[in-house]
Amino acid sequence: MAETAPPMPLDKRRGKSKAPSPPPVAQHRLSLWQRIKRDKVMLLLTLPGLLYFVVFHYIPLLGYMVAFQDYQPYLGYMHSAWTGFANFSSAFGDPAFWSATVNTVEIAFVQLIFFFPVPIALALLLNSIVSDKLRRFIQSVVYLPHFIGWVIIVSIFQQVLGGAGLLPDLLGDLGLPRYDMMSDPNAFPWLIALQSIWKDAGWGTIIILAALLGIDKQQYEAAAIDGANRWRRLWHVTLPGIAPVIILLLILNLGQILSVGFEQILLQRDAVGPGSGEVLDTYVYYHGIKDNQWGISAAVGLVKAVVGTVLVLGANKFAHRLGHEGVYRGADS
Amino acid sequence: MERPTRLGLTGKGIVLVLVVVAVAYPLLGVIGTSFASQTDIIKSTGLVLWPDHPTLDAYRTIFTGGVVSRALLVSVGITVFGTAASLLATIGMAYGLSRRSVTGSRFILMTALFTMLFNAGIIPNFLLVNQLGLYNTYAALVIPTLMSAFNLVVLRAFFMNLPEELYDAARVDGAGDFRILLQVVLPLSKAVIAVVGLFYAVAYWNAFFNSLLYLQDSDKWPLPMVLRTFVLQGQSLSGAAAGESVAPQEAVQMGVLVVAVVPILLVYPFVQRYFTKGVLTGAIKG
Repeated sequence: MAETAPPMPLDKRRGKSKAPSPPPVAQHRLSLWQRIKRDKVMLLLTLPGLLYFVVFHYIPLLGYMVAFQDYQPYLGYMHSAWTGFANFSSAFGDPAFWSATVNTVEIAFVQLIFFFPVPIALALLLNSIVSDKLRRFIQSVVYLPHFIGWVIIVSIFQQVLGGAGLLPDLLGDLGLPRYDMMSDPNAFPWLIALQSIWKDAGWGTIIILAALLGIDKQQYEAAAIDGANRWRRLWHVTLPGIAPVIILLLILNLGQILSVGFEQILLQRDAVGPGSGEVLDTYVYYHGIKDNQWGISAAVGLVKAVVGTVLVLGANKFAHRLGHEGVYRGADS
Repeated sequence: MERPTRLGLTGKGIVLVLVVVAVAYPLLGVIGTSFASQTDIIKSTGLVLWPDHPTLDAYRTIFTGGVVSRALLVSVGITVFGTAASLLATIGMAYGLSRRSVTGSRFILMTALFTMLFNAGIIPNFLLVNQLGLYNTYAALVIPTLMSAFNLVVLRAFFMNLPEELYDAARVDGAGDFRILLQVVLPLSKAVIAVVGLFYAVAYWNAFFNSLLYLQDSDKWPLPMVLRTFVLQGQSLSGAAAGESVAPQEAVQMGVLVVAVVPILLVYPFVQRYFTKGVLTGAIKG
């Protein structure tokens, strides 16, 4: 994406620094304090935001010390007893933890395989519509569910697939057994993926559509002249053109893999039972906040966070190896 | 290039029609059902697309029930205040970081961007909110999720892409940094700010997670929490409605859903056309 500028000729560069324009020279003479004073308005404007990020994203990291404590709310961090890795061993010894891990990975896997390709396919399809008006209409419709909250989406699915919903009623009318997907533990990962597709597949097309716009039209013409048919052009021009974006999205997804939609799953966990509806985040919620097992659930949360971060960093590094940009190289262009 | 084949066109058409129907049908069905009478609901399977005997009974029940009205008020309140606060903080920070020459701006930007890579987790956040005294207050619905690094990046990228000459001209005219923001940058950024504002507003409107974690009293609940109890868990609204309700339970439930979706449907068309522009300045140019 970011193309490297050709190195400037040396004489030109020297010419620039000799020029009388003051900024580059003056900057180095000012002390830090003077520079802060000069930029005070700009820095003051960043202050509320900076304060927010530090307080609500960095300070909670310190709160993870609870994972190494027998935390008692009335004693606080300072006076609760330190227990080393006891919380971790209790968590790892809890079959419910392993069941939640298995469910998380299973749901994530089904999401990755079935949800991930849909926006790409949909974007290719939308991109191939010639009529501008029609394309924009369809886009408006498919973007919309992204803005609807999970509570509403789950409620709507309840009306369509749930016990007294559209699908079981239809099946009943046809003389078939009434099937309630919403409370079928075996179908849970598929239900989650289906809902995610309904909500976010359209929204996911935005970035891919933009990448498609960025492909040089001449490449298509050249390929067509070389005798490439529709499918070969898709394979040799379109897909390589959007590959960086697809890899970027894949990396981001990998990092999120242990955080399969908390709200979405929490809302439906009771219908299928914790056996297949419990994931790591709901485990942390029910054991920590509901049952006051602060230490153990913080330990689980910490493990999850560390694995997630390692996955993003690892995947990003891997993408760099492959010669792609990854997520945060050039994040500050 | 060769003309598209008829088979290809038909296939494409069928798929796209199915996609549009899959999205639109449930939404229209919910709206239709909320106006349906008992006979309509018995006659239909699941959702009523077009009630034969439309009635406003469901909405009468909802708005005399008290619970939904109060939740609606809470949701509107946190959405308005939250969006305003989030926009102020994000615009300020994005503008403050939009000039590379500002001392320390790179470090501050990185501090914000790194938060995209990790998440502090449920327990530490809960304990923090508790210790700050925010537990069971409306502020807990706004402050812990005040800003998103993604929206910050979107706005900053837009500010940076404004032509440098504009800033120079304003500076020559004697405008300071703050005046440039108010009189030059903001008027030119209405579209992007509308998009980012919508993102924030939608997040507050749909806030479920924060209210589940941090609100103890059910009379402080915003709409999503009420939806969960009355629609998903199927508790009856009619107790609160003094027992004089004639509206069928399904219609009432769908009515509550409609009340929750309509504000989004109203704002959406006005902001929708800026999406691509808004999202992409952030995502692609980053």
